[in-house]
Amino acid sequence: MTDNVTRTRSDIEAEVRGLLERIAPGVDLQSVPRAADLRGELDLDSMDFLSFVVGLDERLGVEIPEEDYPEMTTLDGAVDYLLSRLSPGH
Amino acid sequence: MSSTPFRMPTLGADMESGTLLEWLVQPGDEVHRGQVVAVIDTAKSAIDIESWDDGVVERLLVQPGTTVAVGTPLALLTTTKAPEATASGTDEPAPPAARAATVPRARSAPPASPVVRRLADRLGVDLASVAGTGKDGRVTHADVEAAAQRTSARAGGTRRASPLARRRAAERGVDLASVRGTGPSGAVLAADIERAPSADRPGGEPPPRPGGLGPEDRAAAMRAAIGALMSRSKQEIPHYYLAHTVDVTSALARLQSHNAGLPVAARVLPAALFLRATALAARRVPEVNGFFVDGSFHPSAAVHLGVAVNLRGGGLVTPALHDADDLGLDDLMAALRDLVARARAGHLRRTEMSDGTLTVTNLGERGVELVHGVIVPPQVGLVGFGSVVRRPWAVDDMLTVRSVVTVTFSGDHRAGDGHLGARFLSALDELMQRPEEL
Repeated sequence: MTDNVTRTRSDIEAEVRGLLERIAPGVDLQSVPRAADLRGELDLDSMDFLSFVVGLDERLGVEIPEEDYPEMTTLDGAVDYLLSRLSPGH
Repeated sequence: MSSTPFRMPTLGADMESGTLLEWLVQPGDEVHRGQVVAVIDTAKSAIDIESWDDGVVERLLVQPGTTVAVGTPLALLTTTKAPEATASGTDEPAPPAARAATVPRARSAPPASPVVRRLADRLGVDLASVAGTGKDGRVTHADVEAAAQRTSARAGGTRRASPLARRRAAERGVDLASVRGTGPSGAVLAADIERAPSADRPGGEPPPRPGGLGPEDRAAAMRAAIGALMSRSKQEIPHYYLAHTVDVTSALARLQSHNAGLPVAARVLPAALFLRATALAARRVPEVNGFFVDGSFHPSAAVHLGVAVNLRGGGLVTPALHDADDLGLDDLMAALRDLVARARAGHLRRTEMSDGTLTVTNLGERGVELVHGVIVPPQVGLVGFGSVVRRPWAVDDMLTVRSVVTVTFSGDHRAGDGHLGARFLSALDELMQRPEEL
């Protein structure tokens, strides 16, 4: 492993929130329930969602296949998924 | 050599006037056809506008902050070639009595293609400072990129900055060189500008844009502009409406396998596939693609698809994806991403605002199955895509589950009948069943 930095759950959540704030400026992320569908809550269209996935690849180095997109649709789901992809042994 | 007026362009059927926000050229500057020379504010958004001609800026006639009617001369260019032969010269504005002497060219930029100019503009590179290594000293793409890297490496030099950041910096009187950039390669982003103290109002509110619109004014103005255009459409255009449900299972499967081999950023969305099919169907049924003006339909040889883009905070723009029928799927996707991003950042180009020949709306993104669209005058058709849904579907007498989408067509009865719209929708269906050709 060259990357010995272990990302914690809160690190990942901070990245996810930062990215969403950039994609949906002016939205209060604090008011979004953790299990709510982000696309509906933040009014994301497919282009926004693509920007989200591209941004996660850039920031965290996780390339998410299309078939896993459904796991990324809530804040909790996205963080869980990224945590599992970034955990050693994945 | 002759003087040619550069006029306030019309950016769509609903525009009567515009406000000049910013000149990007000064008297004496050399300009090229296609070069962005000014930024104007319309009810819908701030738009970059390009010069129609090659020439040298002789005089700026309108100051930033001024609202003028469409067609009003904004500047005079000394064009290097004779203007198009017209019946008479009465089109030219009479020069005001107290005319200023033509300002000598302050600096001459080396020759470069419009694409290179745009890149230079985007990266904040002054072309006059770049030594061209191309043929006849032309500045190439690589020259501009090298120059941008040199300047970003040099402290205090011209900073890389997004166009939006540049505009914000200008509005707030912030010196770009004093701002710490958080973007790629230290590029200054709009958010960095918001954080920076402004020169004239340290730590204060950003000053209102001279003559421009605040966010609330803009929302109201946009609502009024959309309302006026749609009222006109519903009053003038006798709409007919058709709907057709298309099986997109194999098309989407093909898209999925196409995307499986691509990095995230290059993946193609179903929206791009639908636009591609629409563009090809419009080529096959050209009677739906064009304008109804002066009492008759004028087909367009080019297919410039208007793409309905909803804006965060309300409102809608329908910029044109130029020559959509000539773009392969990957290129069309790249063009769509660029267009949507610029539409949302308020950086559309003049031609994109006025050139659409057939508009597509994709409300399926919002989960509705069917949209009865309103035609954007002077176009004669609007294509609507609902959401892709899984439905029971009969195939060869067997009941199965397929992915289907309901495509609608709103047509102008003055330009054709339901039969025409039906031909268009069935062409679109056929194309969708042969995704290998899309």
